[in-house]
Amino acid sequence: MSMLTDAAPQHTQADGLFRRKRIMALSVPVIIVAYFTYIFFAFDVPGLMERARMDNARILIADSYSYKTHVTRDNRVGGITVAIEGENKGTYPEGMTPDWVTPQGEDTVRVALTPGHEVLIEGDRLSYDVPGYGLIEVEVSRREGVALSLPTATPPDWISVSSNRVDITSEAGRVTLTKARTEVMRYHFGWELFWFTLDSPFYGKSIGELAGLALSGDRLVEGKSNLVAMVQDVWTNKMWRHKDVIWAIFETILMAFLGTMGAAIIALPLAFVAARNFSRLAPLRFAVRRVFDFVRGVDALIWTIVLSRAFGPGPLTGSLAILLTDTGTFGKLFSEALENVDHKQIEGVQSTGAKPMQRYRFGVIPQITPVLLSQILYYLESNTRSATIIGAITGGGIGLLLTQAMITQKDWEEVSYYIILIILMVMAMDSLSGWLRRRLIKADDSGH
Amino acid sequence: MTDQSATTGADLTAGRVQDAYMEMTRRKRMYGGIMLVIFIALMTSGFMIADDRNAGGFWDGILNIFQFPGEVLREAGEKINLLPALMWKFLPSLIETINIAAAATLLGAMLAIVISLLSTRGLARWPRLIPLFRRLMDIMRAIPEIVIALILIFILGGGPVPAMIAIALHTVGALGKLFSEVNENASLKPVEGLHSTGATWGQRMWLGVIPQVAPNYLSYALLRFEINIRASAILGFVGSGGIGYDLKNAFSWGQGRYDEVAAIFLLLFGAIVFFDQLSSHYRNKMIGEG
Repeated sequence: MSMLTDAAPQHTQADGLFRRKRIMALSVPVIIVAYFTYIFFAFDVPGLMERARMDNARILIADSYSYKTHVTRDNRVGGITVAIEGENKGTYPEGMTPDWVTPQGEDTVRVALTPGHEVLIEGDRLSYDVPGYGLIEVEVSRREGVALSLPTATPPDWISVSSNRVDITSEAGRVTLTKARTEVMRYHFGWELFWFTLDSPFYGKSIGELAGLALSGDRLVEGKSNLVAMVQDVWTNKMWRHKDVIWAIFETILMAFLGTMGAAIIALPLAFVAARNFSRLAPLRFAVRRVFDFVRGVDALIWTIVLSRAFGPGPLTGSLAILLTDTGTFGKLFSEALENVDHKQIEGVQSTGAKPMQRYRFGVIPQITPVLLSQILYYLESNTRSATIIGAITGGGIGLLLTQAMITQKDWEEVSYYIILIILMVMAMDSLSGWLRRRLIKADDSGH
Repeated sequence: MTDQSATTGADLTAGRVQDAYMEMTRRKRMYGGIMLVIFIALMTSGFMIADDRNAGGFWDGILNIFQFPGEVLREAGEKINLLPALMWKFLPSLIETINIAAAATLLGAMLAIVISLLSTRGLARWPRLIPLFRRLMDIMRAIPEIVIALILIFILGGGPVPAMIAIALHTVGALGKLFSEVNENASLKPVEGLHSTGATWGQRMWLGVIPQVAPNYLSYALLRFEINIRASAILGFVGSGGIGYDLKNAFSWGQGRYDEVAAIFLLLFGAIVFFDQLSSHYRNKMIGEG
C-alpha cells in the first residue's frame, strides 16, 4: 500500500518528463520547418527559380571541358581567319590550319564539322548541308543584310533568323552570320593550347616527339636547347598564362604564411600580458584583452577594406588583414593556454636560480608549444582559404585571377583550371600542416 | 685499490655521459638555431616579395593607415545625428546576412550529421563507402565558399541563395569532420540494443547515437554559425545580397557616403560581437552540462 503511494508521484513525474520530451521532439522539427518556410519566401526562392539561367549552366559545363575553334570570314574587307576561342592569342598563323578546315582559294573555305556536316564559305555566300534536313544557303549582302533559303518553309527551332542575323546551332557546331562576319564554330574535347601556343615550334607534337626533341641536339630555336625552349614556351604561354597563375598561387600561400606567422609572433608576448597568472596589472590585462576582442570582432572583411586604402591592392594588404584578425584569435587562444600551464615546472626552473626570461623559456614555453603549434598550423591551412577570398576583394593572388576570369563570363575552361588549382592548393596545405603537426608535436614530446 | 679504480671508472663513464649529453644539447641548439635562421629568412624575404608585388609599399602605407579611418570618422562625426537612422536603414540587410548564415548553418549541419554518420566506423550504413564519404567531405571543405558562390551567381543571378548554398556546402565539409570525430567517441551499446529490437539504420542513429552526441553537435554548430556570419558578410561583398553588398556600394561611392560606411561597420561589428558572446555563452553552458 505504502509502496503504491510512493510510486504515484514518481509516476506522474515520469509522465511529465515523457510529455516534455515528446513536445521537444516534435517542436524542434516544427521550428526548423517553420524557419525554412520563412527563408523560402524571404530569399524569394520561387522568383529565383524563374530567373535562373540554366543555359548559362550548360555553357559553363560545356566550356569547362571543351573548347571551340572559330573559322571567321570578315564580310567587310574579306579574308578568312581560324582562331581558337576566337581570340587573338589563339589565331592560327598564315598557311597553318587544322586538318578539318580546307582553304580553297582567297575567300573560299570548306569546314568539316563532324562526318556529314560540311560548311562551305564562298565569299559572301555560305552553304551548309545538314544530314537529314537538307541544304541551308545564306547570302550576306551589305545593303539587304542576311538572306536565308531553307529546304522547309518555316525555320526549325535550332535556326534563329532576323533580318541582320542568322544563327544555326546543330549538334556538330554553330554557324552565325551577320553583316560584319560569317562565323563557323566547332567544339572539341579538352583544353587546347594548354602547353604550347600556336606560335611555338613545339605545338601539336606528341609526348614521344617532345621527349625525342628534348634529347636531340638539333635546335628548333636558335641559341637555346630544346628543353629550355620548351619550358620557356610553356612558362610564357599567353593563352593559359602559367607564369601568372603560379605566381598567384604563390602569392596566396605567401599571404597565409606571412599573416599567420606574423600574428603568432605578435600575439605570443601579448598573451603573457593578457594571462591572469603572468600579469599582475589588472587594468593592463583588461586593456590587452579588449584589444584582442576588438581586432577579432572587426573581422577580416573590414580590415581588408581599411588596409587596402592605405596599402593599395596586393598580397601585402591581404597578409596584414590576416595578421590583424588572427592576432586577436591567437592572443585569446594563447592566453587561455598560458592560464592552464602547470606551475610546478616553473617553480622547478626557478629553484635553479633562473631569471624571469629563462623561467619563461624553460618552464612555460615547452608546456604550451604543442598547443601553440597545432593552432598555428591549423590556422595556416584555414588562412590559405581565407587568402583566396581576401585576394578576390583586395586584388591579389589566385582569388583575383578567379574573379577576373569569371567576370568575362566566357573563359570557363580557365575558371575550372583555377578551381582545380585552388582545391589542390588547399588540400596540399592541409596535408602539409597535418604532417608538420605530427612531426613537430611528436618530436616535442621528448623534451624541450 | 679496487675501490679507487671503480670510482675513476664511474667518473669516466659519468664524464662520457656528460660529454655525450652536452654534445646532443649543442646539436639540438644548432638545429634550433638553423631552423630559426631559416624561419627569419623566409619571413623577411616573404615580406619583401609581398611588399614588392603590392601596389603601394609598406612604409608609405603605414603612414597613411589612419587616413581612411580618419576620413570615415570625420564624416560620421559631422553627421552623427543621421547615424541611428542609417543603421535602421541597413538593419534589413544585416538580418539578411544573419539569415544567410543561419539557414546555411542549419542546412549544412543537417547534411553534416548524415554524412558524418555515414563515414564513422562502426556506425556507417555502408562501411565500404566510408572512404568515399570522407573524400567528399575533404573536397567540400577545400573549396572556398567564394568559388561556389561566384559560379552560382552566374547561374542563379545575385541574391542570398547562392551565398547560402555556398556556405552550406562548406559547412557540410567542416562540420562533418568534427561530427564524425564526436561520433567515434559515442558508445555503441545503445545502437546494439536497438539493433537487437530490429530497428532500422535510421532509427538506430536517431534514437541511439544522436541523443549521446547532440550537445557536442550543437556546440560545434554554434561555433560554425559565428564563422558563417563573417563568411556571409564577405560573400555579400562579392555580389550576393546582405550587408556586405551595401558596404561595397557605399565604399565604392567614396567620400560623401562615409557616414553609411561607418553605420555598416558599426552594425557588422556589433552583430559579430553579439553572436560571438551569445554562442560562447551557450557553448560554455552546454559543456558545463556535459
